[in-house]
Amino acid sequence: MLEVKNIQARHGLLQAVRGVSFSVAKGEVLGVIGANGAGKTTLFRAITGVHADMTGSVLLNGEDISALRPAKRVAKGLAMVPEGRRLFPDMSVRENLQVAGEHGRRGDWTLATVLDALPALKPILRSLAGNLSGGQRQAVAIGRALMTNPDFVIMDEVSLGLSPIAIEGLYESLGQLKASGKTGIVVVEQDLRRAMAFSDRIVCMLEGTITLEGASGTLTHDDITNAYFGLEPEAHERSAAHA
Amino acid sequence: MLDAIIQGILLGGYYAILAAGLSLMLGVTRFLNLAHGDLAVLAAYLIIYLVATWHMPILWAIVLMLPVMGLLGWALQAFLFARTMKGGFLLPLLTTFGLGAVIQNGIYGVFSSDVKSLGNFIGNLAWASWKLPGHISVGKLPVYIFVASVVVLVSLQLLLSFTKLGRAMRATTLDEEAAELSGIDARRIQRATVAIAMVLAGLAGAALAMRSLINPYTGPTQLIFAFEAVVIGGIGSLWGTLAGGIVLGIAQSLGAKISPQLFQLFGHLVFLAVLWWRLKGSGSLGLGNLLRSLKGQSIKGESA
Repeated sequence: MLEVKNIQARHGLLQAVRGVSFSVAKGEVLGVIGANGAGKTTLFRAITGVHADMTGSVLLNGEDISALRPAKRVAKGLAMVPEGRRLFPDMSVRENLQVAGEHGRRGDWTLATVLDALPALKPILRSLAGNLSGGQRQAVAIGRALMTNPDFVIMDEVSLGLSPIAIEGLYESLGQLKASGKTGIVVVEQDLRRAMAFSDRIVCMLEGTITLEGASGTLTHDDITNAYFGLEPEAHERSAAHA
Repeated sequence: MLDAIIQGILLGGYYAILAAGLSLMLGVTRFLNLAHGDLAVLAAYLIIYLVATWHMPILWAIVLMLPVMGLLGWALQAFLFARTMKGGFLLPLLTTFGLGAVIQNGIYGVFSSDVKSLGNFIGNLAWASWKLPGHISVGKLPVYIFVASVVVLVSLQLLLSFTKLGRAMRATTLDEEAAELSGIDARRIQRATVAIAMVLAGLAGAALAMRSLINPYTGPTQLIFAFEAVVIGGIGSLWGTLAGGIVLGIAQSLGAKISPQLFQLFGHLVFLAVLWWRLKGSGSLGLGNLLRSLKGQSIKGESA
């Protein structure tokens, strides 16, 4: 279980995250949605330890990992696919995967199993990561996270900037990962319908706080739209009727 | 002319060893160590001490000193450099400038300002040479140092390309945060990098003391030469460092051919010309801009 309790994070004087708490079970998919500036990226950077200006606690399988450096959190089983992929551009795809495998945990995910799960990587193993397309880069970033054998993986803005075809391929691979049931997934997604279809539960963030949380099947598109834009239900209905 | 070029190439081997450590450290930790030359001279003095006072064979003294320098580098990064890196761009420069002054005065206090050399302890190797056609004389010691520099650079290249540590060093160079998110303990990698850089500084110090006279204040001049070789060759580019060292060595040798007083000046002029060329059109001569202009030449591995 990944438990996040009362996370507060700042960028200087700006409080970007205000007391966010949630939990994800192993094998569960939590979809996180929210407009730009809602605090999603800062929240997940705080959870993984790369954003230091934060308070609150992060518990991984019952152990408090809040004081650990990012690499130590990876060693405990928490991985992140960062926004913008952040690959090592002058290293080959193989080396990008290899370096994570060498420093992460031992487990079922090896170069062979990652290539089976993400077959698009096979023909580009020797290519420099800096020369790849957006979809290929995202696949490498996911593969790199899996190579650390995480219990939980956070994927920030997973489909941002990708073509519709690349997004289809990406979610096909993520579907296999979800079906394996070994890993808890937190996926930040701007496409509401896709987030609802892929996730077991949805969390919506606005101005640094959670404005909506629930099982995907119990939330309507209007519920999420209201929470996403911070609208009162009546106001949303009025604006929809007016439109 | 040919004689001067050959001497310059061989001198470039020494510069490459000295500059490789500076370049590696700058590439991986983004830390410009202004005490690099002083640390090389410190290693040279300690080797001279072991050889002159304890009558230790010179090779043994060097072999003993290299891990000591490695440990010193590890400790410096863990307890000094890493802390100053949090203080912005200026603090590391001031700190290492101060460290250099402490080392210079420490050497002066312990060993006095007398010039020293390992040349007295290496027998006829100090002056032995091969005669080539055209009345060209090639010193054996400079050739051995040049060969050692190639061996060192090949070893470093193999380390960076084919080892777990090397891949982690390259990843940390490219993106420290992404490296951490891949499970790499960037702090440990940076300590290892500085340890390797100090081993290289120690090796360069031994080479320097074998081929010339040193005094407690030799370090800053060596730092300038190392920095010039790095700028000419490119940060983190190992073979660029050798090329930079050779270009610098040839420039100095050609200057000395015209007049001994022009030895350093010619090297500086070539450095300034390359610096101007690198920064051409960027609109600023700041160090940050220089680092950006050299960033494309990060540490290369098998895929580069």
